[in-house]
Amino acid sequence: MKKLAILAFTATGLVLGADDNSFLLKGATIHTMAGKDITNGSILVRDGKIVGVGQNLAAPKDVKVIDGKGMQVYPGMIDSGSTVGIQEIGAVTESNDISEVGKFDPQIRSFIAVNPDSEHIPVVRANGITAVLAMPGGGGRRGGGSGQIIGGNASLIRLNGWTTEDLDIKGAAAMHLTMPTMGGGGGRGGEGAFMRVSYEQQHQAYEKDMKDLNDFFEEARRYAQAKAAKMPDFRTDLKMEAMLPVIDGSEPVMITASRERAIKDAIVFADKQKIKVVISQAAEAYKCIPELKAHDIPVILPPTLALPDGEDEPYDQPPTTPSLLYKAGIKFAFASFSVEFSRNLPYQAATAVAYGLPAEEAMKAVTVNAAQIWGVDKQMGTIEEGKSADFMVLDGDPLKTQTQVKQLFISGKNVNLDNKQKRLYEKYSGRPN
Amino acid sequence: MKTQLLSIAAAGLLSLTSVWAAAPVVIQNATIMTVTNGTINNGSVVLQDGKIVAVGTKVNIPAGATIVDGTGKYVIPGIIDCHSHIATEAVNEGSLSVSSMVGITDTINPEDIAIYRAMAGGVTTANILHGSANSIGGKTVVLKMRWDHSADQMLFEGATPGIKFALGENPKRRGAAAMPGLTATPPRYPATRMGVEDVIREAFTGAKAYKASWDEYNAKAAKGIVAIPPARDLKYEPLVEVLEGKRFVHSHCYRQDEILMLLRVADDYGFKVRTLQHVLEGYKVAKEIAAHGAGASTFSDWWAYKVEAYDAIPYNATLMMRKGVLVSLNSDDAELMRHLNEEAAKTMKYGGATETEALSMVTINPAKQLGIDKRVGSIEVGKDGDVVIYDQHPLSTFTKVEKVYIDGQLYFDRSKDLADRPTKEAEKKALITKAAEEQKKNAPQGGGRRGGGL
Repeated sequence: MKKLAILAFTATGLVLGADDNSFLLKGATIHTMAGKDITNGSILVRDGKIVGVGQNLAAPKDVKVIDGKGMQVYPGMIDSGSTVGIQEIGAVTESNDISEVGKFDPQIRSFIAVNPDSEHIPVVRANGITAVLAMPGGGGRRGGGSGQIIGGNASLIRLNGWTTEDLDIKGAAAMHLTMPTMGGGGGRGGEGAFMRVSYEQQHQAYEKDMKDLNDFFEEARRYAQAKAAKMPDFRTDLKMEAMLPVIDGSEPVMITASRERAIKDAIVFADKQKIKVVISQAAEAYKCIPELKAHDIPVILPPTLALPDGEDEPYDQPPTTPSLLYKAGIKFAFASFSVEFSRNLPYQAATAVAYGLPAEEAMKAVTVNAAQIWGVDKQMGTIEEGKSADFMVLDGDPLKTQTQVKQLFISGKNVNLDNKQKRLYEKYSGRPN
Repeated sequence: MKTQLLSIAAAGLLSLTSVWAAAPVVIQNATIMTVTNGTINNGSVVLQDGKIVAVGTKVNIPAGATIVDGTGKYVIPGIIDCHSHIATEAVNEGSLSVSSMVGITDTINPEDIAIYRAMAGGVTTANILHGSANSIGGKTVVLKMRWDHSADQMLFEGATPGIKFALGENPKRRGAAAMPGLTATPPRYPATRMGVEDVIREAFTGAKAYKASWDEYNAKAAKGIVAIPPARDLKYEPLVEVLEGKRFVHSHCYRQDEILMLLRVADDYGFKVRTLQHVLEGYKVAKEIAAHGAGASTFSDWWAYKVEAYDAIPYNATLMMRKGVLVSLNSDDAELMRHLNEEAAKTMKYGGATETEALSMVTINPAKQLGIDKRVGSIEVGKDGDVVIYDQHPLSTFTKVEKVYIDGQLYFDRSKDLADRPTKEAEKKALITKAAEEQKKNAPQGGGRRGGGL
């Protein structure tokens, strides 16, 4: 069978290999994100995995060769927080599967509801994004408003595949928790600006949420002990089962905490509960640098193309924050916290470069840092041997708007870059005048 | 003594009558992107008495001019946003679907920090509109981002006034009786796009009759015939101005059906739609938009936030442009407004616009759409001294605004903003401390308000 395929290759002269996820890409500049760039470099891919990276790699006879001359190759980008796959049209409730009912829903897993045929997926990947963290709970986009504290498991999904299961990279990449705050929403709610309730009421609600949250973790610990001890009256509880990897520290908790107070609360909480945390949508992370540094906590930054939260904050605070964290040695990744703006992830990163972040670090924040934070750095995030062949081939710098993604590989598969928008463009370009 | 008094009076007069009395400014050795006359390398721009008085590689330096070294930097005309709601205290008068009697000028808050932030993003002029809750919203106004001035001083002198229309989902929303969370009863007509068309037709039918009654009266008055003037109708007056071409229609719209509907209604009643705003499906009916002569002011890449935005494509701007439509990119948003240059760059990615075409969409094109292109929108001698200095190419994601001049005056200076931060931070701390002390001092004895201040 294999011989037949090779025969087909030689007979037709086409670049068809034994299968379509084995190939040699050659002659490109490879930005591995794991060391120096390789000029005139090659990547050998077999069965969707990278098996060689370097200069002068010879093409095995049974694989097709892709000419990458003049091209720039980077790992596929990862959006570290989005609703891609679980949200179609923002205003249409029926098309969204983001937030569940209930204060604590750790049993929820977002990849269950991912629609592989969402029109957003081809649109997002056309800009070089190969994986996203689909975040449930907390109202989704802004993190807050639904009253949820634990929204469920955020799943890392790849942006190609026939079925939901094909898309699932890590179903339980992180447990999403929205830090209780005065005014709700991890602090994004402007400390009660939209809540027509008194300070006292807000404070009581906050105290109650904090108590409930601590009680919930306490309950999970007792559950774990009861289970380990094989107590005779032990009953399986799916919420508690979902908490086991959280309390034993094997699954990170992605805590949405925007304002300084929420971030500091989250750090204290994580310390007390001895859990692994990632602080998310941390707009005021720059006010908590010593605390983040002391606890070695990674951060998912909200979009840099954003307004400062406070009226008297510097006008350029959002795009400046990444460089401040970088200088302090805090690991961070970027996220869109959106569905329709996920494709602008590279421009979010680029804007931080304008305000002091080295370009190399901006790219790391959408590739390798994200892979490390979500615990998939053995599989993805760089162009190295043994990793999944998830990379983009571009005609320039991915951080620049004018650059075009020419080819995109996900698990070694050359992904079609067509999408709904390009089809409409072509259709109406052809409308007679 | 007398001369001193005189000079004080003169200074007072100057500050009253003119907001642009500053020393001349010469920006030297920069890349000047004029938009309308190409790009000049190692060029200079001279700003004097509020205007651009010279542009080129060799310019005369006026006496007493402030010299700004533009080496390695880029100068473009001030960005113009054709759709914004910043600096407004109220946006929708949503109780009626025709609220043409209200005007956004009455709500301008010159202290809105969004003005400063927009300017720090290179915006010097913006079209301020009502929201989209009504088929016919209210009277719009064009503002210059003259931060630290009164609302009246921000008005763009002589700009043609406008009126906001809205089609599609937003104006029909109030007609939906069972809208969750909305308790407004009874539902407000219209509830469908069909109804929106009717509302606009009804309004212009009334406006025409109103105009006819005044025309009749004026004709009689001109002949010296004694007649009773018709009662004034503040709802119809702006619509009569539309019919007379004295007020521009800026209409919020999404789908092709509603775009065509409005163009046909305008044709029937004999007025022009000046701009179609958002116009996300404009690319489907670009030919008809061009034939009507309407401009299109759209987003670069927003989509899918609601059903009528599901067919939005980032190629919309370039496709309409190629079909002969005058296209601008707008923000509709205080944040997006800060980087319209980057939004313009997206038209190069999606649809292959040239640099000049891209920049035009946020400078000269919106100026034309607002009828202020004789004053702003390009770097030309005689135009207003509204220019922006970027540290890198303005269509690069790595760029940032360094200085903004409006009427030849420096309104934003990044280095000054940075330098002033410690002082402002100290001032803020002092104010907070003082407020806390006052609160403590004024607290009633034996309990009372706890915390508070939120």
